[in-house]
Amino acid sequence: MAFQEIKNIVIRGVAACVPEHVVDNRDSTLIGNAAEIEKFIENTAIVRRHTVENSGICTSDLCFEAAQKLLAELNWKSSDVDCLVFVTQTPDYQLPSTACILQHRLGLTVDCFAIQLSLGCSGWVYGLSTIASLMNNGNFKKGLLLVGDTVTVTKSPLDKSTYPLFGDAGTATAIEFEEGAAGIKVHTGTDGKGYDAIIIDDGGSRNPFSSTSLQMKERESGIVRNNLQSHLNGTDVFIFGITRAPQSIKALINHFNINIEMVDYFLFHQANKMMTEKIRKKIGVTDSSKVPYSLQEFGNTSSASIPLTMVTQISETLSVGKHQLVGCGFGVGLSWGTVYFETHNLCCPPVIYL
Amino acid sequence: MQERFISLFKETLEMEGKNVQPGDLFREYEEWDSMGQLSLIAMIDEEYDVVIEGKKFQEIQTIAQLVEAIELEKTK
Repeated sequence: MAFQEIKNIVIRGVAACVPEHVVDNRDSTLIGNAAEIEKFIENTAIVRRHTVENSGICTSDLCFEAAQKLLAELNWKSSDVDCLVFVTQTPDYQLPSTACILQHRLGLTVDCFAIQLSLGCSGWVYGLSTIASLMNNGNFKKGLLLVGDTVTVTKSPLDKSTYPLFGDAGTATAIEFEEGAAGIKVHTGTDGKGYDAIIIDDGGSRNPFSSTSLQMKERESGIVRNNLQSHLNGTDVFIFGITRAPQSIKALINHFNINIEMVDYFLFHQANKMMTEKIRKKIGVTDSSKVPYSLQEFGNTSSASIPLTMVTQISETLSVGKHQLVGCGFGVGLSWGTVYFETHNLCCPPVIYL
Repeated sequence: MQERFISLFKETLEMEGKNVQPGDLFREYEEWDSMGQLSLIAMIDEEYDVVIEGKKFQEIQTIAQLVEAIELEKTK
């Protein structure tokens, strides 16, 4: 079983940035009539979404703003940051790694360690465990974990199974080495058997971009997309989420003897309300105020959803005192992970609109 | 089991007061849609502690077959 306890690191702060542009699902002609839209909102809780639309804003732009803000609030000099982990599935280019571009843009030193990881909804948990592992021996003192996606650019506006669900966001999490700190506890899992449950078929090495990649085709009623736009098997992903996420949370809690009653917040990946409510019930959390939502305002923001929920829903609470949190991300891969961490006077500036 | 399942099924798909029979092809109900499908999967998980795999679920056509599939999973 993939359990990790990574000591000697502290999460100092979290910041998030979203595009200013808002899409209101109540204006949607894709979902159906007014009654069908209300039913959709009742089941998913997704009312509005912030999207890049045709602005040209990339994930790195959103993460850059979040990182700048966080550095300023923490009084960290950019030259102090010696480790950068960027997690996204919507990088600036096929190559080079956007982590290198962000190193330069943020003014980090050329001695900086910078790496890009490709994961979606589980990305923040994996990114956190990666940067914590890199830093916990003390070679790096200050690190930035930048996580986000402009996932809406990969969705067809004519696909009712994906388009109304997603929003764009970029986040920054500041990690610091501190000898003796409790650190984080992690459980992770992967099941590549479900690799095609969420997939963009063309544009990689397996199916290179070709003359047919841009052909819009009707896959099912209400689902028209081309092969550069992502496919989502809603039923399989739903079954995956309501099975693996609670298993992973329970595994972490049992393995590390975590007192579930002492956990202040459970931060679930914001897929849709039906799924997160199911997960909440399955792990036995009866107090729903312990499970904050950012779905209503931002939709499913892929890898950014956990830090975005912290920034937009519970930042005031987190900024004062000590708190115990559990984060659980699950999705494309299929990949999932749960992390237990504590915060103390977390630096959590208000969400930035770009 | 079948009677209780039908009552839960009606509640899940908001079909209270409608005539639902074991032999019905439930995918043909006008209330049936992708969201209803997810609600049904969630209900079966909650009530029977059974998750029917996606592919297998797609092959199921009637209410009676659904009940059968749940019972089969239960004995596993």
